[in-house]
Amino acid sequence: MSFPIADHSCWRCGQTPEEENESASLFCRFCNSLQRPVPDYFAFFGFEKHLSVDMDELQRRYYMLSRQLHPDLFTRATDTERNYSLEATSILNDGYRILRDPVQRAEYILKESGFDIGEQRSKDVPPELLEEVFELNMALDELRQGDADALPQLEAARDQFKVMQGEIDDELAARFREHDAAAREETRQQILGTIRGILNRRRYIRNLIQEISKEFATRTA
Amino acid sequence: MSTFQIDFSAITKRRIVGIDLGTTNSLVAFMDLTGPQVIPDAAGSALVPSVVSLNDDGTFTVGEAARQLLIDRPDRTVYSVKRLMGRGVGDVQDELKLFPFHVAPGSENVIRLDLDGKLLTPPEVSAQVLKQLKAQAEHFLSEEISQAVITVPAYFNDAQRQATKDAGRIAGLEVLRLVNEPTAASLAYGLDKRKDGVVAVYDLGGGTFDISILRLKDGIFEVLSTNGDTHLGGDDIDNRLLSIALEDVASEWGEDLSHNGAAVQTLRRAVIEAKEKLSFVPATTIQFAWKGKVFAREITRELFERLIAEIVDRTLQPCRNAMLDAGLTAEEIDEVVLVGGSTRIPMVRQAVETLFKAKPHSELNPDEVVALGAAVQAGILSGDVTDKLLLDVTPLSLGIETMGGVVSKLIHRNSTIPASATEVFTTSVDGQRNVLIHVVQGERELARDCRSLARFDLKDLEAVPAGMARIEVRFLIDANGILNVSARDMRSGKEQSVEVKPSYGLTDTQVEAMIKESFEKAEADFAARQVREAQVEADTILNALKKAKVNEAWFNLTEAERLKIDKAHNELLTVYHSGTHTQIREAIERLDGVSRKLAENLMNTAVRAALKGTKIG
Repeated sequence: MSFPIADHSCWRCGQTPEEENESASLFCRFCNSLQRPVPDYFAFFGFEKHLSVDMDELQRRYYMLSRQLHPDLFTRATDTERNYSLEATSILNDGYRILRDPVQRAEYILKESGFDIGEQRSKDVPPELLEEVFELNMALDELRQGDADALPQLEAARDQFKVMQGEIDDELAARFREHDAAAREETRQQILGTIRGILNRRRYIRNLIQEISKEFATRTA
Repeated sequence: MSTFQIDFSAITKRRIVGIDLGTTNSLVAFMDLTGPQVIPDAAGSALVPSVVSLNDDGTFTVGEAARQLLIDRPDRTVYSVKRLMGRGVGDVQDELKLFPFHVAPGSENVIRLDLDGKLLTPPEVSAQVLKQLKAQAEHFLSEEISQAVITVPAYFNDAQRQATKDAGRIAGLEVLRLVNEPTAASLAYGLDKRKDGVVAVYDLGGGTFDISILRLKDGIFEVLSTNGDTHLGGDDIDNRLLSIALEDVASEWGEDLSHNGAAVQTLRRAVIEAKEKLSFVPATTIQFAWKGKVFAREITRELFERLIAEIVDRTLQPCRNAMLDAGLTAEEIDEVVLVGGSTRIPMVRQAVETLFKAKPHSELNPDEVVALGAAVQAGILSGDVTDKLLLDVTPLSLGIETMGGVVSKLIHRNSTIPASATEVFTTSVDGQRNVLIHVVQGERELARDCRSLARFDLKDLEAVPAGMARIEVRFLIDANGILNVSARDMRSGKEQSVEVKPSYGLTDTQVEAMIKESFEKAEADFAARQVREAQVEADTILNALKKAKVNEAWFNLTEAERLKIDKAHNELLTVYHSGTHTQIREAIERLDGVSRKLAENLMNTAVRAALKGTKIG
């Protein structure tokens, strides 16, 4: 496992690990004090930058690292170590949250690889969904005008979108494996570009599902 | 050559106590060698009623004694102050109708209770309860206590947490950690020893309701989700019974007592007694005696349950939401734990059992379990407990107000804390020197529907063209569930100053002033006590001298010796009322010094008298 440490030498004793791979822990190997962490989620958990992550192993490492870094263990430490513990644990928790969710994990890698993933709130409907979205909007309009007959139609639409989302997730998983297996950096970047497109479509469909669900919720409330 | 390494942490290791600062009762506990123990007061009771009464001389009466004063001095006696912590007057209109104490103007951001002209904020009132618990622990353990873990409802927001921390500071306690009550309870149960699994903690206290769902694995207590209502508890049941009883009394006696503080408190006690009895018997009587008249009304458990059904029902939706957020169904929950006095009500137990399809645990005293858990957490912090670790979550989403009053969420609810989010801000006008960030807590889409937490002012920005500034702001929720904000100018890499304007609660300066006041008072109190002790000592020697002056021993002294004594005597009398304890002590010593001969003479006279006495006898 290799932790990213911000400074090359220990803040307390000033000693430097001789080799890069020696920094196998956030603790100085000479004086055992906690070092300033860097927010690199994959490195933090000691994983390769892969899109597929072993969930059991992720949880195991999360618990193990919590037992080393949590602020509860540094109540009586120096201010510096207390702050680093707070920093490190927030990175650990944030990282765990992002890495265990495939979509957030992919978005994180995209961002790290220089892709712009900022909330693509574009109103552009993906061309393959044009027909479905048109019909959905019609049904929503009818419903809002008080026509309850549109309800079953909406329910069917939601089910259909959920199936689509499932298909997208399968496709994502396949692309993840493809990315992780690719030997060349160029190929990986190319696959990431494809994944970005898939994620945009997924987000669009997720928003549609949420919109329908919200409509149901207000109706039953 | 080897050098000795002195471990100062071992030498200065202080004990950390665990405190349950409850709506109705508060407790303090500590970690014994055998496990967590609650600390009793001199009378043997561990429960300290969370009631504070202001005395005429400006001091306070706290606990059981103050509870008596609810009836005698309702306008100066505060109870259930926890419901007012971190709130503004607009939030608590409903409870204020039933509280006998008054609220001063200017209570929008912090409530100021007006107790006969003396203004007190909820943290100051809570601090009095904490001081009592601190003294109780110090007496019991015979050591000074300065560090504590204090529990809060899991669903407390930032301002409510901050107010609790402020109360600790005012009471002279360093609050090392705020722990969520249901999580603390799960620690006390030691369920991790049995097996790994999923536990739901249902906590219905005096004023708040919490539900938390945890995964237990190898001593790690990971909270998966939490939900609740900080305005739902036993108090609501009491209030419902009380308002009905007041109506009954009014129709029977033709007299509306709802504005008579003392009468309301007496009746309140009567309905609470009836409520508590109904957990064990199928019917009881509400007995209320007032000014020679007696009101008695039978109440059956069936009627009681009809009256409270709506309140019990209101706890169920948060439970369902918590399961939804945890991604679990009732069947996937292995154990259910009951916490809080209100879970003694059979109807509550039944509702929990039906919802979770499991018989809930209630082996531990529901009044004590939270304090016991706080002591375990204190043990974790002190390093005495090493096999357990709590991973808690933030109950509410944190967001910032963006264009059009829409909230952009930065940290979602049920994120494990510490948790953080980073956002880059820029300017919209050329030469703009500051950026104001409005931070809110809550789940709604519009900022005005969420709870305003604070406004952060990024000040003294470098004057650059619009959109050129890049200020990276880091929002970090710490292990106490409290927000910390820091900012950095990305162009210069320099730390950016942030001014915090909390929407509710006290500013740091206000808390400092209260600590100072309380400290100064403590100093004054201490000095007064020392003077009193010196005066008692002086009394002893003055009395002795008075007796000696009529004894023959006095006349056996030389004129010069008598003059010296009289001089020292007068000196002591001068400082007796106006001097400090050191001045009094010095005068005592001088008088004692010049009176040695007199003492010897007295002794001789006494011996002679005694010898004479022997002969006669």
